[in-house]
Amino acid sequence: MQVPAQVEYEKAASVEHALALLARYGPEARVLAGGHSLIPMMKLRLAQPETLVDINGLSELCYLRVADGELHIGALTRHAQLLASVPAGEHFAILHDAEKVIADPVVRNWGTIGGSLCQADPSEDLSAAFAALKAIMVIRGPDGTRTVPAREFHTAPYETVVAPGELLTEIGIPIRPGCGSAYEKVGRRVGDWPVGAAGAALRLDGDTIADAGIGLTAVGARNFAAAEAEEFLRGAAASEENFTRAGQIAAEHCRPVSDQRGPAAYKRHLAAELTVRALRRARDRAGGA
Amino acid sequence: MNAGRANRGAYGPVPRKEDARFLRGRGTFVDDVQLSGMLHGAILRSPVAHARIRSIDTAAAEAHPKVKAVLTGEILAARKLAWMPTLSRDVQAVLATDKVRFQGQEVAFVVAEDRYSARDALELINVEYEPLPPVIDAERALDRDAPVIRDDITGKADNHIFDWSVGDQAATDAAFAAADVVVTQDMLYPRVHPAPLETCGAVADMDEVSGKLTIWSTSQAPHAHRTLYALFLSLPEHKIRVISPDIGGGFGNKAPVYPGYVCAILGSQVTGRPVKWVEDRSENLMSTAFARDFHMHGEIAATRDGTILALRASVLADHGAFNGAAQPTKFPAGFFGMFSGSYDLRAAHGQVTGVYTNKAPGGVAYSCSFRITEAVYLVERLVDLLARELDMDPAELRMKNLLRPEQFPHTTPTGWEYDSGDYTRTLRVALETAGYAELRREQAQRRERGELMGIGISFFTEAVGAGPRGHMDILGLGMADGADLRVHPTGKAVLAVSCQTQGQGHETTFAQIVAEELGLSVDDVEVVHGDTDRTPFGLGTYGSRSTPVSGAAAAVAARKVRERARIVAAAMLEASADDLEWADGRWQVRGDPAHGKTLAEIAMAAHSSLDLPEGVLGHLDADTVYNPPNLTYPYGAYICVVDVDPGTGVVQVRRFVAVDDCGVRVNPMIVAGQIHGGLADGLGMALMQAITFDADGNCLGGSFMDYLLPTSVECPSWELGETVTPCPHHPIGAKGVGESATVGSPAAVVNAVMDALKPYGVRHADMPLTPANVWSAIQGTPLRTDLALT
Amino acid sequence: MQITLTVNDAAVTREIEPRLLLIHFLRDDLELTGSHWGCDTSNCGACVVWLDETPVKSCTVLAAMADGHRVRTVEGMAPPGRLDPVQEGFARCHGLQCGFCTPGMMLTARWLLDHNPDPTEAEIREALSGQVCRCTGYENIVRAVQWAARHEAGGPGTGPGAAGPGATASEVAG
Repeated sequence: MQVPAQVEYEKAASVEHALALLARYGPEARVLAGGHSLIPMMKLRLAQPETLVDINGLSELCYLRVADGELHIGALTRHAQLLASVPAGEHFAILHDAEKVIADPVVRNWGTIGGSLCQADPSEDLSAAFAALKAIMVIRGPDGTRTVPAREFHTAPYETVVAPGELLTEIGIPIRPGCGSAYEKVGRRVGDWPVGAAGAALRLDGDTIADAGIGLTAVGARNFAAAEAEEFLRGAAASEENFTRAGQIAAEHCRPVSDQRGPAAYKRHLAAELTVRALRRARDRAGGA
Repeated sequence: MNAGRANRGAYGPVPRKEDARFLRGRGTFVDDVQLSGMLHGAILRSPVAHARIRSIDTAAAEAHPKVKAVLTGEILAARKLAWMPTLSRDVQAVLATDKVRFQGQEVAFVVAEDRYSARDALELINVEYEPLPPVIDAERALDRDAPVIRDDITGKADNHIFDWSVGDQAATDAAFAAADVVVTQDMLYPRVHPAPLETCGAVADMDEVSGKLTIWSTSQAPHAHRTLYALFLSLPEHKIRVISPDIGGGFGNKAPVYPGYVCAILGSQVTGRPVKWVEDRSENLMSTAFARDFHMHGEIAATRDGTILALRASVLADHGAFNGAAQPTKFPAGFFGMFSGSYDLRAAHGQVTGVYTNKAPGGVAYSCSFRITEAVYLVERLVDLLARELDMDPAELRMKNLLRPEQFPHTTPTGWEYDSGDYTRTLRVALETAGYAELRREQAQRRERGELMGIGISFFTEAVGAGPRGHMDILGLGMADGADLRVHPTGKAVLAVSCQTQGQGHETTFAQIVAEELGLSVDDVEVVHGDTDRTPFGLGTYGSRSTPVSGAAAAVAARKVRERARIVAAAMLEASADDLEWADGRWQVRGDPAHGKTLAEIAMAAHSSLDLPEGVLGHLDADTVYNPPNLTYPYGAYICVVDVDPGTGVVQVRRFVAVDDCGVRVNPMIVAGQIHGGLADGLGMALMQAITFDADGNCLGGSFMDYLLPTSVECPSWELGETVTPCPHHPIGAKGVGESATVGSPAAVVNAVMDALKPYGVRHADMPLTPANVWSAIQGTPLRTDLALT
Repeated sequence: MQITLTVNDAAVTREIEPRLLLIHFLRDDLELTGSHWGCDTSNCGACVVWLDETPVKSCTVLAAMADGHRVRTVEGMAPPGRLDPVQEGFARCHGLQCGFCTPGMMLTARWLLDHNPDPTEAEIREALSGQVCRCTGYENIVRAVQWAARHEAGGPGTGPGAAGPGATASEVAG
């Protein structure tokens, strides 16, 4: 098995301590949470940090709670915990749909939400799910805390707005009545990265769509979102015809790349097809069946 | 011959004796071996598919404080060890000298104190490559202007390896000319890899004082490896001990000798300490024996009423950069001649052309039964395409054309003598088990609703148990295997066999065979295997040959022991040997069962001072070499049911029914387990597995992220059935089964998917039928699956 | 650096390099070779062990991360001389052939039954979906787990304190 290069290691005792360590070791230090994105890269020597700052002991970052009309997810929450969380599933079924198809059950035991988001893989499922939910990312740094909308969190493949001395601490999602959400993914096999995937979150007012969120991953959608399709749906009827049109618009605006998972034409088709399927289920869950 | 005996005391679903250590995590796999002073080796591999080596600078690696030695092709060449023979009488570089010829080829070997330092040291080796244009598309390998890969072979001016043909071309042409219907189809059996869960590796320990080399290695053929090392490394063979300890799956991947093993041996010689080399997964996938990669063109000729007349096959075989395919010498295309299948044909003709490409060597592996996987896939796809052309039910078409029991033994148009079979009965059992008529009704209903459901059949005949040493050898070593049986004074037996297990349960099955012949309890028979110091010579375990060959040897040796026991019993009972009969595990006086002796009693007596007749030696031992008179021919009928999502192309295997006939089953539980495993292989190959390359020769299947293996979720609960048609020439009537399911299942899955896509007019799409490929096929443009899309 | 952890109920202290993977620590430093490795990309699951009573892929965890925690391997599945019902189920149902994936499969199965004593076939397959077997086609592995579920007698790991990912995050954190 491949093995990492030499690295230094520090264990953080608190969030403040973690930030101090990051400041001390500079940009060649990397945060180590579940390690299930970082350690594979280190084994292949695609990532060779000088220092690891292990934050697994920061239990204060591991939580799932409803407060102030929001679901607050601590960044160190493990995928398995999110999948098992009753409040998360009740309010945002899209998160359970997505978690069920992320990696595999054993990897989900240790990989974290924050770790996956900060890895910023262009095929990351949670990036699309949180984009659909229009979540808010909370980032802590030496100068305090700031928030960034999920759709502005990623700047490029494998890059986020989290600066070297900062930590993603929380993802917050406002809870609104009349909402339903869902996630649809196609992979070549269970546990595979998506060939294409779509998440939808609808807030209905009767049969009308008050607000729509559509997240896409692995198909080159800007900011993991289908903003144009959302715009089309806002104020429109939650009908099969409109969903189909929304899917087409979403497909038009993404830029998939041909690779071993499939040709671009197929991925573009999936963008449309899966958007429609996610919208249908989101509508059904919102009670607008 | 003892075929078909019903009441077998020791046969049956006996729990496995080997489980005890595995359940407790106390197996000994190669990477578990820790020797005092042991060092670790790592291989530096070529990042490019085709390049000249301008220079290799190892100074920095050698200067690493934990590095003990660095080997290069140049160092090996000085000892004439840079090139070694392959199993196909070609040569393969141990460490590259002039050029690298595939991505992942071995270039240098580092020996260090620990595995992490060895890995670090690889980065300190500087190799200057001068890239050359690679040959990646096999269909371009014989172009006039194709770069020549094997310029190490004097006078070689192209990438051609061999041409081989079989069958009667004139008779086949005549049959085609007379046919009402001819169906043709190109089909690819993609390059796949066996990917056993344990990768390949070795621990080599050259004892400087005694001159003895002990090498633990993941070898499916330890004796053959020993002989190869002796010849290649000029070491005295009696001073080489090859130990295959517990092996985490072989599937043909562990038949060849790999450069890493040779480097470990040389590393041990150079450092005077044991050297362990175990490859990582990317090395396994990118450099060790791959399987298949047959570009096939098939034709089937029939009458209008569905009588199949003849088959033609024309194949381009991609062998990679060195011809390392492992098959008997006289069969450069393995047993591909079995492509005439299970049907009563007038004629058949096939031809195979082998070519070099800039990819890893191999070709024969992954439970292929020496290319019968390819043969069965071809014929079973053609039969389905013919059924579609004739608008005939594929089960009915097969039923009409399968060989009949009275036709056995049957010599096929390509020269194979099938031993026994009741094919239509087996197919009937499969159809009944599946509820075929009901499935077709359900399919019709679903089609009306626009749902895609498919039913696929595969009927296969295998040829296993290689083989008669007169015409089957590997590198000149005849494929006969030995067995050595000793019964201790207290009546416990030790059986040493030359084949060895990689999970097939030999420690149990072979004990059952001996126990059955000698009336012993299975617990009282110990099976020794995998250690060349303790076992007789043989060609090892692959090609489903364990039960057909070593199992036969065990039975023959046990019967010899039983006959010796008869003589001793006669002396004990003061009777004539001719007056004794064997019953209930005893030699007893015929008509007087009160006077008899068990084998344990006889064993003690045989070691005592009992007076024995003139010319009869003491003890109770026997050995034999079993030279199979023929191969054995297990067969089966498989039925697969799939559901396909037309919006996404996702295929779900809903059901899989497998009815196998492998003759007499010593341990039905183990047989079923072998079949379950092979069915998963077929599902994987049909739907998700392929090693592909881009135009530059980069291997895109170098990890389990891209070379996908089926999991518990994709696999349905396999439904097994059986028929038993004993093998007429095998001592216990068994045929072997290890590869049957891998051979038979891919066609069933592909036939099912094509059946599902019939409403869209899809004729054929190549494996793997990934969602993208299935959806593309529905659009009318199935994907080419051997090369990268971009 | 030095780490101290509990492995199969015994305290262990060792000097290690920070980059050392947990699987190598267990196999090479502690000579617990029952856990295996089979890939480079965290896919195959041959390396599954328990970290704080939770199955993890130990090839993707640094030994340093286990400092102060509890690890259980196949060697610690049952007291000497006894077999856990899961182990017995694998033996009776022929749930293993080459034995290489077996330790990881059994440890995940044990965890599953601790949290879901009567799983459906689909739940069993799902729980094992991150671990590859090349020999059995999974059929008898599933049957082995079903056998163990039927023949449990309050086996190990079912007592109090066996919290795993089934608990909510705040319970685990607190």
